[in-house]
Amino acid sequence: MTVRARLRVDPIACDGRGFCAEILPEMVTLDDWGFPIIRDADVPAVLLAEAGEAVRLCPVLALRLDRVSQRSPARGAPSPPAGCCPDT
Amino acid sequence: MNTAECHAGLAARAAGAAGVAGVAAVAGERAGLPRLLPEQRGGGPATLAGHLARHGRLPRAGPDTGRRAEFIAEVGRAGLTGRGGAGFPTARKLAAVAAGHGRPVVIGNGTEGEPASAKDKVLLACEPHLVLDGMVFAAELTGARRALIVVHPAVREIVDAAVAERSRAGCDPVRVRVLTAAGRFVAGEASALVNWVEHGRPVPTRVPPRISERGLGGCPTLVQNVETLAHLALIARYGAAWFRSLGTPAEPGSMLVTATGAVQRPAVYEIGIGAAVGDVLALAGGPAAELTALLIGGYSGTWVDQAAAMTLPFSAAGLRPAGGSPGAGLLAALPAGVCGLAETARVARYLAAESAGQCGPCVFGLGSIAAELEALAAGRRFDLARLHRWLSQVDGRGACHHPDGAFRMIRSALAVFAPELAQHARGWCGGTRPAGVLPIPARAVR
Repeated sequence: MTVRARLRVDPIACDGRGFCAEILPEMVTLDDWGFPIIRDADVPAVLLAEAGEAVRLCPVLALRLDRVSQRSPARGAPSPPAGCCPDT
Repeated sequence: MNTAECHAGLAARAAGAAGVAGVAAVAGERAGLPRLLPEQRGGGPATLAGHLARHGRLPRAGPDTGRRAEFIAEVGRAGLTGRGGAGFPTARKLAAVAAGHGRPVVIGNGTEGEPASAKDKVLLACEPHLVLDGMVFAAELTGARRALIVVHPAVREIVDAAVAERSRAGCDPVRVRVLTAAGRFVAGEASALVNWVEHGRPVPTRVPPRISERGLGGCPTLVQNVETLAHLALIARYGAAWFRSLGTPAEPGSMLVTATGAVQRPAVYEIGIGAAVGDVLALAGGPAAELTALLIGGYSGTWVDQAAAMTLPFSAAGLRPAGGSPGAGLLAALPAGVCGLAETARVARYLAAESAGQCGPCVFGLGSIAAELEALAAGRRFDLARLHRWLSQVDGRGACHHPDGAFRMIRSALAVFAPELAQHARGWCGGTRPAGVLPIPARAVR
């Protein structure tokens, strides 16, 4: 069983402080307004330490590293996309 | 105000100046329609007695979990999907909520925050008991003891009266509570709806947790659009095979469509899914002017060139090649002479103002893009390359899909109105009439 790590931003909590892009420029760029764009959420093994550092240093705790075990992709997968669209 | 007057007033408000009309005249030509809407329009809300005379009693699922599962499987065979825009399979939602931890809650979503859409208001104004049947049936299938319906203020009195009528008749195992929706665009998004009911804040929350797992008060929560619930009430009575006798094999059933803009009779119509866009326009009496483009699926939808649109089937599969989707069933016709870019700028500004204000990419991205579009539409200096860069940066980065929908609509406008774009870049505009085809609510009303 492999464990993937995925980097996620809570867009409501995020304030655009930009620490993540400084610590982890390989994965995070900033848009024109200073908010992070994560190009690919899957964290390569060589960047796990930096990703963990970015999560710890986010001043508003908006960054998360989710460990997803690949053997059980079914967990949560077929549930309805709550909060998916206006007027669901 | 008696109910007939109320209904007439609502219909006129909800569906534009011409009100709700035209269905009875063409119903005979269209087998099996209308299913949801009344056979004769203009008679006011259906009474409980009238509703039962037309459709008969709602079957009871009862407390037996095996029987409930059988009904949910029947809904699955029917292929019913959500009619609020997302199109998620209803049976899967029902099963997920029924299997959740804790006592489920059912919420009927009649918020209809889309300013150009009237189908949920018209459905509730004409057939409140069909929607309430669906609420009660969904509550039975999921084992819910609490059922809430959140409705647009325009139809609150009608729904209240229908609930009181059922309460007197003592016909329901679950009592439905009625709440008034918050008047803003994102208020109908499922997590925003739960947030509104629970905390009085009509703005989306972050997912996960999914509200089907932990929603209202931490309970598994089923949020369904009111039209979906009305279809559910009919499937409960007539079964999957009947439901599938209209629509396409992949997208069975009928759906409500709000036809607006430059059509002869702007109103709400019921179609079999997959009817050609041109045929839907014909239901509305056809174009009221030469058309340039259609906005399909709502303000989060897609502009499609009118010539390309006419033969497209009004279904997810049929509209996909044009980059569109039926959304919540909106079809808005843009007449020649009105600049599509100016119209798009108005809607973009409205959508930016309707941001819940929580996520940076939506607050700043959508706001900046709307300002750039306004400059473009007004013939001021604009930077098209920068606009395209911004549009490429913002997808999927909000807590909800409000910005994604807005950007989809704007991107389609830049493609469909490419000739106008070239004109604006050279400093002139072919528009001969002011923009204002698509309704934008006055700020003071909210």
